[in-house]
Amino acid sequence: MSQARQIRKLLIANRGEIACRVIRAARELGLETVQAVSEADTESLAARMADEVKLIGAPHPTKSYLNSGAILSAARDSCADAIHPGYGFLSENAGFADAVKQAGLVFIGPPGETIRIMGDKAAARAQARDAGVPTVPGSDGLVTDMDDALTLAETIGFPVMIKASAGGGGRGIRVAENAGEFRRLAPQASSEAAAAFGDSGIYVEKLIENARHVEVQVLGDGFDAVHFFERECSLQRRRQKVWEEAPSAAVSEAVRARLCSAAVDLAKSVNYRGAGTVEFLYNDATGEFYFIEMNTRIQVEHPVTEMICGTDLVVDMIRVCAGEPLGLTQDRIIRTGHAIEVRLNAEDPANNFMPFPGIVNGLRIPEGDGIRFDHMLYDGYAIPPFYDSLLGKLIVWAPDRAQAVFRLRSALDRLEIGGLPTTAPLFTALADSAEVQANAVHTGWMEAWLEQNTDKITRRRETTE
Amino acid sequence: MARHDIKSPIPGSFYRKPAPTEPPFVDVGDAVAVGDVVALVEVMKSFHEIKSDANGTVSGFPVEDGDPVTAGMTIVELV
Repeated sequence: MSQARQIRKLLIANRGEIACRVIRAARELGLETVQAVSEADTESLAARMADEVKLIGAPHPTKSYLNSGAILSAARDSCADAIHPGYGFLSENAGFADAVKQAGLVFIGPPGETIRIMGDKAAARAQARDAGVPTVPGSDGLVTDMDDALTLAETIGFPVMIKASAGGGGRGIRVAENAGEFRRLAPQASSEAAAAFGDSGIYVEKLIENARHVEVQVLGDGFDAVHFFERECSLQRRRQKVWEEAPSAAVSEAVRARLCSAAVDLAKSVNYRGAGTVEFLYNDATGEFYFIEMNTRIQVEHPVTEMICGTDLVVDMIRVCAGEPLGLTQDRIIRTGHAIEVRLNAEDPANNFMPFPGIVNGLRIPEGDGIRFDHMLYDGYAIPPFYDSLLGKLIVWAPDRAQAVFRLRSALDRLEIGGLPTTAPLFTALADSAEVQANAVHTGWMEAWLEQNTDKITRRRETTE
Repeated sequence: MARHDIKSPIPGSFYRKPAPTEPPFVDVGDAVAVGDVVALVEVMKSFHEIKSDANGTVSGFPVEDGDPVTAGMTIVELV
């Protein structure tokens, strides 16, 4: 609130719970808000909360929330001077960030060039390596010669993953445990790559077994950068995070110091501006961590960090992107206690997590010390079927992890989202499991657990309805 | 045979093709049998195949490719 504030009116180019979250932050800063909405979102909670509402197109995201022309027109028409992209949609679209700037508006995120570097897998890896941040050992591009590939695999150590293509969503990944398997599997991957992409090159990467997902929250003003410690998001289904914590109970103080400073080094190496997250795979058996990617936006799970650090990251990212200096130094960022977030999705855990949009009927939100619910719901709200299934996030804080799990369990009992199935029974069952209580998990743990415990999430649903 | 409407059991976005660059599942004049996939409906980023519940010949599509549909809406007409 010091300095010359460049912005007065913020357009929110997103929807759902994050749009509501951004509006709250804008109010904290005394900014006027314009909510961009598709035809399916004119009755959304964000639309009801915002000072103004601008229609940007048909329900399908390509016609609305991904339509940069319509969003820029809405900003112009409403005289907004800044755009917050939220997460997903256009938040990591470098061309959109450039277009916002060219239109003379402030983009609440880093410049397009930063998004471009971090959005390119090879460029991001190179940037991390140059900044001294450990990356997953592997080939830095396509390998075409099978003898070279084997030499590389032996150098980085088995087991290794052989990938037929970059960023193929995990398709066509083979795991070789030794040189013999590698000799058999690599040519298969190579011919598959040739058939699918007209290029027989393959990627080789070390397989980090039973790894945890650990990530560091950073904030930069284009000159300086700080971290807000780490989160652990190892409980995942189909590579989607469902339960997140801060701090990670699996990280020692020594590792934490190295992990967080690595993230700050990377942020500083690109003169990072805005809120960002540096994601790592973490092997708690060896204490080694490896850079995966950097997300150049606010993340869904940012509240757990806010709860342990007592900060408002969305306010902070708006401030720095509007041109204010960080205004805080690392030694002033202190964490206390433990926070957990669970994602309440409009999905039926008793029916293989089938998405189930419905009408909210009977909403009861738990209240009390250390309980927060970031959401997009009200009684009578018809959930549109066109978007992500995230309804809201239940976040709890307590002095230590065991108490946080207990508080989550109790808050879940008091949360009611009537009218549709949600993932709440999953989290009750997880909170009751010995492995989650002991934090003895990794990124592949939950899917295996689900196969053994379908009855728990099914039965619970029947008893609660 | 009498006219038959194939309805979407779920709300979402209606697609006539498996992917934007591929040909439609079925077109007007095509014969379909029970169990044939005639469309996709995307609900909350997840795609569901819609199968025909009758034998017949496709006579029309009351919804445009990519448009929103509600649960119970007719998406393919058969004769």
